[in-house]
Amino acid sequence: MSKRTGTFYINLLLILAVIVLAVSPLVIKKGSEFGGADAEAQKVAAEVSQGYEPWYQSFWEPPGSETESLLFALQAAAGSGFIGYYFGYQRGRKKEREKN
Amino acid sequence: MAGQAVCLSVGFFIIMAVFPENVYAMHIAEGFLPPVWAGIWWAAALPFFILGMKSIQKKVSEKPGLKMLLGLVGAFAFVISALKVPSITGSSSHMTGVGLGAILFGPAAMSVLGSLVLLFQALLLAHGGLTTLGANAFSMAVAGPLVSYGIYILMRRLKSPLWLAVFTGAALGDITTYLVTSAQLALAIPSASGGFAASFGKFAGVFALTQVPLAVIEGLLTVLAVNLLAAHSGEEMTHLSVLRKEVRQ
Repeated sequence: MSKRTGTFYINLLLILAVIVLAVSPLVIKKGSEFGGADAEAQKVAAEVSQGYEPWYQSFWEPPGSETESLLFALQAAAGSGFIGYYFGYQRGRKKEREKN
Repeated sequence: MAGQAVCLSVGFFIIMAVFPENVYAMHIAEGFLPPVWAGIWWAAALPFFILGMKSIQKKVSEKPGLKMLLGLVGAFAFVISALKVPSITGSSSHMTGVGLGAILFGPAAMSVLGSLVLLFQALLLAHGGLTTLGANAFSMAVAGPLVSYGIYILMRRLKSPLWLAVFTGAALGDITTYLVTSAQLALAIPSASGGFAASFGKFAGVFALTQVPLAVIEGLLTVLAVNLLAAHSGEEMTHLSVLRKEVRQ
C-alpha cells in the first residue's frame, strides 16, 4: 500500500512540474518585451518567403481562429475521452479480478 | 537595399495572411516544400508506414488485448499534439506525444498512429498539409519515435531506472522531431548566403529552442503515463517488456 501512495505523490509532483513549466513563461515574459522571438521568427519567415511561394493551398481551412480552436479542443476532448474510458475500464477489470 | 526590404516585408505579409500561424507553428504548412522535396519525404516515410501496419497487425494478432492500449497511445498523441503550450522564447508550440507509443509498441507502430494524427490535423485544421504530410510524418512519426525508442532501449540496457529512460527517450524524441523539421526546411530552402547550414541554424533557432521546455514537459507527461499504465495495465506492460516479469506482483 505504501508503494502505491508513493507513486501517487510522484505523479502529483510530475503534474505540478508540468504546470510550472507551462505557466512560468507567461510570468517570465510579462516584464520583458515580446519583440525578441517574434522578430526572429519574422526574419526566418521573410528569408523563407524570398522568391518562394507555396505551390499548393489547403483545400479547406477553418474560417477563423475561433473555429480552429473549436477543432483543436475537439481533438483534445476526443483523446481525453478515450484515455478516461481506458483507465476506467482497466480499473473495473482489475476490481473484478480481485473479487474472483 | 530599401527596395529589397520592402519586397521582403510584402512577401512576408502575404505569407502571414495565407498562413496566419502555420509557418512556424510546428508542422510544415501545405505547399511550403517544393514538389521534389515533398515527394522525397513522402517516399521516405511510406516504407515506415507499411512496416508499421505489419508490426501492428502482428502485435494485435499475438495478443488481441493490446488493441485497447494501442488506442490509448494513439489518444495520448492526439491530445498532446492538440495542446499549444507557451515557451520561454515567447512563442508557442506543441508536443508530439509519440514517445509513449514508441517506447511501448516500437517506432514502426508509431509511424502509423503519428501519421493518422497528422492526417487529421492536415484535413480538418489546415495544420500541416497533404503535400507536406510525408515530411511531417517523417519528422514526427518516424524520426522522433526512432530516437525515443533507441534512447530508451539503450538506457535500459545500461541499467537506467525505467522513469529516467522513459523521460530521456520521450524528451529527446520530441526535440528530434523539431530538428528534423528544421533540416527539412533548410534543405528545401537553403539560405542564399550561407546555404543549408545557415538556414538550418535559423530554423532550428526558432523551432528547437522553443521546443526545449516543451520536450521536458513531454518527458514528464510520458513518465506519468507509464506510471499510470504500470499500475493499471501491468499485464500488457509486462507483455510489451516495459515491465520486467519479476517486478509484477
